[in-house]
Amino acid sequence: MRYEAPSSLEQAVGLLAAATGDARVLAGGTDLLVQMRTDILNPELVVDIKHIPELREIKQEGGGFRIGAAATGAELKEHPQLKTVWPGIVEAANLIGSTQIQGRATMGGNLCNGSPAADSVPALIAAGAKASVVGPNGRREIAVEDVMLAPRKLSLGKGEIIASFILPAKAKGSADAYLRFIPRTEMDIAVVGCGVCLSVAADGTISRARVALGAVAARPLLVEEAGKALVGSKLEDAALNKLDAAAGAACKPIDDKRGTKEYRIKVAGVLARRAAAIAYERARKA
Amino acid sequence: MAKHHITATVNGDPVEFLCEPQETLLDALRDQLHLTGTKEGCSTGDCGACSVTVDDRLVCSCLMLGVEAEGKSIRTIEGMAQGDELHPLQQKFLEHAALQCGICTPGFLVAAKALLDKQPDPSETEVRYWLAGNLCRCTGYDKIVRAVLDAAAELRGA
Amino acid sequence: MQEKVKDGPSSEFQVVGTRPVRPDGADKVTGRAKFGADFSLPGQLVGKVLRSPYPHARIKSIDASAALKLPGVKAVVCRDDFLEQSSEFIPAGEMMINYRDVVRNVMAREKALYEGHAVAAVAATSAVIAKEALRLIKVDYEILPHVIDVVEAMQPDAPLLHEDMFTAGIEPTPKTASNVAKRLEIGHGDIAAGFKQADMVIEREFTTKPVHQGYIEPHACVASVSEDGQADVWVSTQGHWVVRAHCARLLGWDIGKVRVTAAEIGGGFGGKTVVYLEPIALALSKKARRPVKMVMTREEVFKASGPTSGAHVRVKIGAKKDGRIVAAEADLKYQAGAFAGSPVQPGAMCAYAPYDIENVKVVGYDVVTNRPKVAAYRAPGGPISEFAVESVLDEIAAKLGIDPIDMRLKNAAKQGTKAAYGPKFGPIGMVETLEAAKTHAHWRTPLGKHQGRGVASGFWFNIGGETSVSLSLNEDGTLSLTAGTPDIGGLRASLCMMAAEELGVPLDKIRVQIGDTGQLGYNFLTGGSRSTFSSGMATVEAARDVMKEACKRAAKLWELPDDAVEYSNGGVRPAGPNAGKHAPMTLKEIAGIAGKTGGPIVGYARINAAGAAPSLATHIADVEVDPETGKVSVIRYTAIQDAGRAIHPSYVEGQYQGGVAQGIGWALNEEYIYGDDGRLQNPGFLDYRVPVASDLPMIDTVIIEVPNPRHPYGVRGVGETPIVPPMAAIANAVANATGVRFTDLPMSPPRVLKALDEARAKGTAKL
Repeated sequence: MRYEAPSSLEQAVGLLAAATGDARVLAGGTDLLVQMRTDILNPELVVDIKHIPELREIKQEGGGFRIGAAATGAELKEHPQLKTVWPGIVEAANLIGSTQIQGRATMGGNLCNGSPAADSVPALIAAGAKASVVGPNGRREIAVEDVMLAPRKLSLGKGEIIASFILPAKAKGSADAYLRFIPRTEMDIAVVGCGVCLSVAADGTISRARVALGAVAARPLLVEEAGKALVGSKLEDAALNKLDAAAGAACKPIDDKRGTKEYRIKVAGVLARRAAAIAYERARKA
Repeated sequence: MAKHHITATVNGDPVEFLCEPQETLLDALRDQLHLTGTKEGCSTGDCGACSVTVDDRLVCSCLMLGVEAEGKSIRTIEGMAQGDELHPLQQKFLEHAALQCGICTPGFLVAAKALLDKQPDPSETEVRYWLAGNLCRCTGYDKIVRAVLDAAAELRGA
Repeated sequence: MQEKVKDGPSSEFQVVGTRPVRPDGADKVTGRAKFGADFSLPGQLVGKVLRSPYPHARIKSIDASAALKLPGVKAVVCRDDFLEQSSEFIPAGEMMINYRDVVRNVMAREKALYEGHAVAAVAATSAVIAKEALRLIKVDYEILPHVIDVVEAMQPDAPLLHEDMFTAGIEPTPKTASNVAKRLEIGHGDIAAGFKQADMVIEREFTTKPVHQGYIEPHACVASVSEDGQADVWVSTQGHWVVRAHCARLLGWDIGKVRVTAAEIGGGFGGKTVVYLEPIALALSKKARRPVKMVMTREEVFKASGPTSGAHVRVKIGAKKDGRIVAAEADLKYQAGAFAGSPVQPGAMCAYAPYDIENVKVVGYDVVTNRPKVAAYRAPGGPISEFAVESVLDEIAAKLGIDPIDMRLKNAAKQGTKAAYGPKFGPIGMVETLEAAKTHAHWRTPLGKHQGRGVASGFWFNIGGETSVSLSLNEDGTLSLTAGTPDIGGLRASLCMMAAEELGVPLDKIRVQIGDTGQLGYNFLTGGSRSTFSSGMATVEAARDVMKEACKRAAKLWELPDDAVEYSNGGVRPAGPNAGKHAPMTLKEIAGIAGKTGGPIVGYARINAAGAAPSLATHIADVEVDPETGKVSVIRYTAIQDAGRAIHPSYVEGQYQGGVAQGIGWALNEEYIYGDDGRLQNPGFLDYRVPVASDLPMIDTVIIEVPNPRHPYGVRGVGETPIVPPMAAIANAVANATGVRFTDLPMSPPRVLKALDEARAKGTAKL
């Protein structure tokens, strides 16, 4: 195995594009090293991207934020503005694993690991985040919900790296929330994850809603029907029930050692209601 | 496979070691530097027995490559006591009998110190959630949490 | 009763009952203490094991020639390197094992009987080379159908694991082989007549899954065999004399040629009372002529070391209107894994042991399945059977409208009660723990929304066993105490305290160590909650030996008869009519004259400790259930248990709390998850879900002391009983909160929600 630590995006892209065998990006390593240790992966080349400035920075840009793909969950939490503006995203990134994991894990890695249960992804999707992708053909932006195609399968081409995530300017009266269900209180992979982002008018009516679900399909989903169920409502029971049903209907879950199909469908609805309630309350104060 | 030559600081002392690219920081600490206080419990980041701090950040050393230690300042359990004087956390763990077999203890002490360095007045809930990545199978965590809260109080008061 | 509750140091003792810092503590909080994987020898090789990927397969051939050719590979071993063993059952802690099965579990012979079963092993100059060597070993497997469920394994058409297994305990012995190794039956009275008298009879079936001891330290050892055949093993183990015996036997070496040193042990809970790597490391070391270090990965720990049994249990209890139990019956079907030896016997013994029941019958079956061979896990067998019994008792109490603690008080075993498994109890603390529960603030605290409370009791019998201790008086009056039962949780502190109490010397004048197998006579392993009891008893005897000898030496000096000198206040003085004739001598001064009065002063004890007494417990658990997700949170827990005498109360409390945490995990989330392919799907701490710090509340403890008259300090073993009540306490609390009784563990959220929804449809759910 070869280890390289380039200091520029161009170098990193070049290394990955030129690789003949299995080449992997190393950010936090909290998924990659586990897969190497359990012989799931045996890369010939590991490209450590943590020495590239754009990938590590969190900065305010264009009214929104540009978050380096290799910024850690702990750094996201410590950023003075980010958690006030996007508490759902920061909380989601800080639910991954343990304190030790959050000291290393990154949203770029969380997404590109290609697990449908990734915690930060539904929050990013709900927020309308975009991935700024750099590759041999230059830079492009894609919606986060379009990055993952299926478990371990991304829409990125050879040599492409996510350099940063772009969070849009947040309108007044908007807020996000993320909840996940796990059997213990910490340390588990999400059985269901739900990110909600709402814009609420002064009279309490929801004007915009994005709802995303994780761990209930082959990739994290933007559930448009669920968002539609809330728009125009003040989160009354009827709207919440529609939301619950829409969330359940969007699920194409599997039975596995973490949950059954029926359970995931039920809990998706429960989390959607609870996350919407939190986002609503935050939005009213925002 | 060619080895990398790594220069870093461990517990305040400059160190150098050789390691293969796929070796973890945990392997390097234990096998190259012979610092066996940091333990391997699972090598998948699920038990926290391998906890160290890297540039004051609490991490699992089993999830870092040895080569990533280049230029970093690493602190392990061996650096916690100051000469003859145990750190208040170490002392409180002993007084509260917060260890039975002791295998998880280095990880807990490093993790707890990282907490108190950041948050000198944690609540019981904050302590439990901060330490959720450190597994203990012997104690049921009760005495560990009490020891951490007591050490926090002492560090605040002293 | 109040006097029996320990709430402070006793006025009787100076040291016993206080809470000093443990003597091995500084090393453990600084990382200096050496556990199994922390030891290394110059020139050592890395040993790795090749494991069967199939749950059941005949091993037709093993070809290691390619592996041996790989540069850096120094030795390969397989079944041919271990001696065939004839069938012989021997005690191993609280279970019986058979050497013929031990050698096969260590290294498969005719068949691979579980996924993860060791088939070959290599020693190489690096881990990378060792792993590559394993890939080069060609094993020709004939895959066979497998069976992993205990009830399925008992069916006549189930795949057969052992062609020569004919169920023992059935008359006449069956002519057809099966997977049922043994049937046993205990009890007394007339069950049928008993049930006829009952006003209420409840019969329920329960299932539990295999759970692992979950020690944080994987198995690890270093073995080194010299050219002259002398062998050394450094290993984290609960019993190094047992390791020595097993290794010598499997390899055909003299026991005396093998020396085993116990490293510090990072958790065992029964799982490190057996051998896995040690005989392999020795065989490799002998062939390679270099030391060999072997450490299991976490995945290997789950796949290839013994969890405890999963089980199917049927319980039927009959009671009168007033709550008096008139008949109690149970069928226990425990799976043993690949070889006979589940803890169904102790499970049967404990099921009804907390109660005085006139008519009781327990039948048990030991059943083999294609899973790793089970190993002891803290009160082996007890938590399973007692979970079922305590659940049914709770249901009867609820239906009769009787307080569950009162129901247990009505039936509690006391001194003189004849247990279902035979003996009459000496003094025991069942009633005391129940009364302490009843008056505890926890029992009276009001519950909130979606919350429920449950109570359950538990029993474990504890053992004694062979023990040797040596206590030397050093030239400067300090003492060196060498015991032989590995310290898994504070033993050295307790031994030091008992010695200090006896001798009247300060604690820090006694240095205690756990000796290796060359330094002491035989010591049975640390298990059965025996180490404080047995090594404590032996330490007291050795201390009294030193005291007696000290008196003799002074007597010699003072020219008095031996019995004219007495030991008092950390020294000796003339007694009786001679009192005052000579100034007392301190132990230090005695040490100074040891040489010229006959030689070194060393106290020995070599005993088979008898008189171990049961420890009873009653636990109270509060839970909160999320009605929409089925998640159960434990919000309050109180563990009340009889310790006989708490030598070091903090370590007694620690045992209570640790057992509770494991029981909670067993109740809520821990289980081995297998696919239909017979392969383990969750061999790691990610998906094998032990409780984490944020899952648990503070675990309050109450130490009851009903002294054991057979121990010099009244000690009862305490380590195992705490894991017995939690599963039922939690299940009873969940029933109290939801109106739904859970008979299948674990009560993980999907199962709870499903049952809640079913109950809601029937109108029987409380939330």
